[in-house]
Amino acid sequence: MIPARFNPQTPRRHRTGGVWSTLFLGAIIIAIVALGALLTNIMDESFGLVAIESRIDPATLERDGTLLEALDKEQLIQILTEHISAGLLRRLENDQAFEERDRGNVYALVLERVVEPEIVKTWSLTDSLLNRDAIKAEALAKYPQATLEFHAWINPAFMQMSQSSKPEFAGVRTAILGSLWTIAITIIVAFPTGVGAAIYLEEYASDTLVNRVIQTNINNLAGVPSILYGMLGLTIFVRGLEPFTSGALLGAVDTTTANGRTVLSAGLTLALLVLPLLIINAQEAIKAVPGSLREASYGLGATRWQTIWHHVLPNAMPGILTGTILAISRAIGETAPLVVVGASAFVALDPSGPFSKFTTLPIQIYQWTTRPQDQYRNLAAAAILVLLVLLLSLNAAAVLLRNRYSRKL
Amino acid sequence: MALANTESTVASDNATPEARVVLRKRSRPGETLFQSFLFICGAISILTTAGIIYVLGHESLLFFRSPDVSLLEFFTGTKWQPAILEFGILPLFNATLMTSAIALAVALPMGLSAAIYLSEYATLRTRGVLKPILEVLAGIPTVVYGYFALSFMTPLLRTLFGANTVEIYNTASAGLVMGILILPLVTSMSEDALSAVPRSLREAAYALGATKLETAVKVVVPAALSGITAAFIIAASRAVGETMIVAVAAGAGPNFTFNPFRAAETMTGHIVRISGGDLSYDSIDYNSIFAIGSMLFLMTLTLNLISNRVVRRFREVYE
Repeated sequence: MIPARFNPQTPRRHRTGGVWSTLFLGAIIIAIVALGALLTNIMDESFGLVAIESRIDPATLERDGTLLEALDKEQLIQILTEHISAGLLRRLENDQAFEERDRGNVYALVLERVVEPEIVKTWSLTDSLLNRDAIKAEALAKYPQATLEFHAWINPAFMQMSQSSKPEFAGVRTAILGSLWTIAITIIVAFPTGVGAAIYLEEYASDTLVNRVIQTNINNLAGVPSILYGMLGLTIFVRGLEPFTSGALLGAVDTTTANGRTVLSAGLTLALLVLPLLIINAQEAIKAVPGSLREASYGLGATRWQTIWHHVLPNAMPGILTGTILAISRAIGETAPLVVVGASAFVALDPSGPFSKFTTLPIQIYQWTTRPQDQYRNLAAAAILVLLVLLLSLNAAAVLLRNRYSRKL
Repeated sequence: MALANTESTVASDNATPEARVVLRKRSRPGETLFQSFLFICGAISILTTAGIIYVLGHESLLFFRSPDVSLLEFFTGTKWQPAILEFGILPLFNATLMTSAIALAVALPMGLSAAIYLSEYATLRTRGVLKPILEVLAGIPTVVYGYFALSFMTPLLRTLFGANTVEIYNTASAGLVMGILILPLVTSMSEDALSAVPRSLREAAYALGATKLETAVKVVVPAALSGITAAFIIAASRAVGETMIVAVAAGAGPNFTFNPFRAAETMTGHIVRISGGDLSYDSIDYNSIFAIGSMLFLMTLTLNLISNRVVRRFREVYE
């Protein structure tokens, strides 16, 4: 038997070790729980029971025993003419002639103008599932006129409708299109510039003062808060280059804006924002191309640019693309700089080009989140789901790309 | 010189000009063109920095030159009310410090713990599962965290501490959620630093009879201290510059308070709120947000520079 004085500490030390290892793991578990809470919270608000009060009960609009949803276009137009004023009818006719509208469009009009459903109260998903009876009783007592139904806030109509002052008819189409336009401009500007800068720093730059300054500067830029890029964009693109960013210089002014707060300004601002990140990622990819490849190319008499274009770039491309996708997904989620650059609070018209007014998905989420009414909270949650799915698919694409092309050189 | 000599001898040996071999470097205008283009791409980053400094400096100068503003009042005043020409940055600054401090109090210990677990304890398989989850956490846009703070964290705090103590908008909720946002950053940077410590150091500690915890805390962490410190400083810089969470959840309206359960607007939150509204250019309100922006820039730049310096000065290089 070993005398006790040889190992008096050991069991205690191991116990302490066990406790701490649990604590270390606990930190990760808390992070995972937080992620779970975040996702649950969003799902919870995206679906649930709602109480809907309609100005006119859809049941009274039945024709010959056919439900409103099943009526054909002619009957729907008839309902429309019976229930709305002649002036409004003329205006709708002016927007788009009734002959040209399809049935779905007319049905939407009947809902919006005649039935006018209004969501008076919403419940979260967990409430809706667990306390269904209590909710029914509450709805009956407080909103006797209302019908209670299960509503998915994220639905096809939500994806197709543009911004509206009524939460029942608000959608994210304008915001999604705005995001796509902005990102397209960001990619067009940032990708060639970023890859170019990375090539310069990795393949050409010798260790001179200028090049060292450029490298240090890029690393520091990556740490500048995004909101400051917004202020840069506001001053340079929106105000300084207004003739260019508003389209006046090219004779392409969008009549609805006519100032520099356009898709183009937003895209350029985001391009500057992601540039450092993109350059650093591309540099890593280029660094990973083995030197022997370059030597072989030079040995065959290729010039420097030929070597880069035919050998270095093709081999670095998967890495560069992965890095680019990651940088772009950061740009898609950016909100603060775009608020500063001047995203419009309310855009109902789809952006038609680089000189349109803009709003983007994160901006839409921000605006809905900051409204006090519950309905907008639900809309924000649904829009967040759309954004997260978009980002997740981008990241999945990046991972696939990495796995597909990552071969050992 | 050797090159020139060869050329002259070759030239004199061959009488016909067609056969003359020129060994001078051929001028390739295409190559030069590409190189200049690539250099310009690199230089754009310099222009960006110059642009940020110029924009912030120029507009701040206009602000400080205005007769309604005094430098002393700017740094010591406890009221920020542009409407009555009160420009004291302290309430905004204080709110920024509070949200950042809360965020760091969450993110630093938890981030470091998670990093130690991933680098020292986790098996390859657990790592393969846990790391992507943390990466997902890092990839979520900040506006989503803002929503989370407002619709989850705030109600939670209100249930825990009572709705009378906790206001709907408060710095505690924003700070806690910001901590979750920064955590993956701290974890991944610290983990890189820990993994860079050579295996031999750990083996030596084990050979001396240290337990796993003692090896991790007394050998590996000190060896990686420069990297970990850098991670902490970068995290602080991120917290100071973070915008959307505080814009959504911390409150709208400067408020000089040390109570984390009360609403207070941070520097970034104020910039977003003011520039989101209708703002006429060249008004004093407009210039004032650039003055706040300059302070923000100086703070984050200082933190980033310190972090670079720490890495360079105190890095232990192992062969």
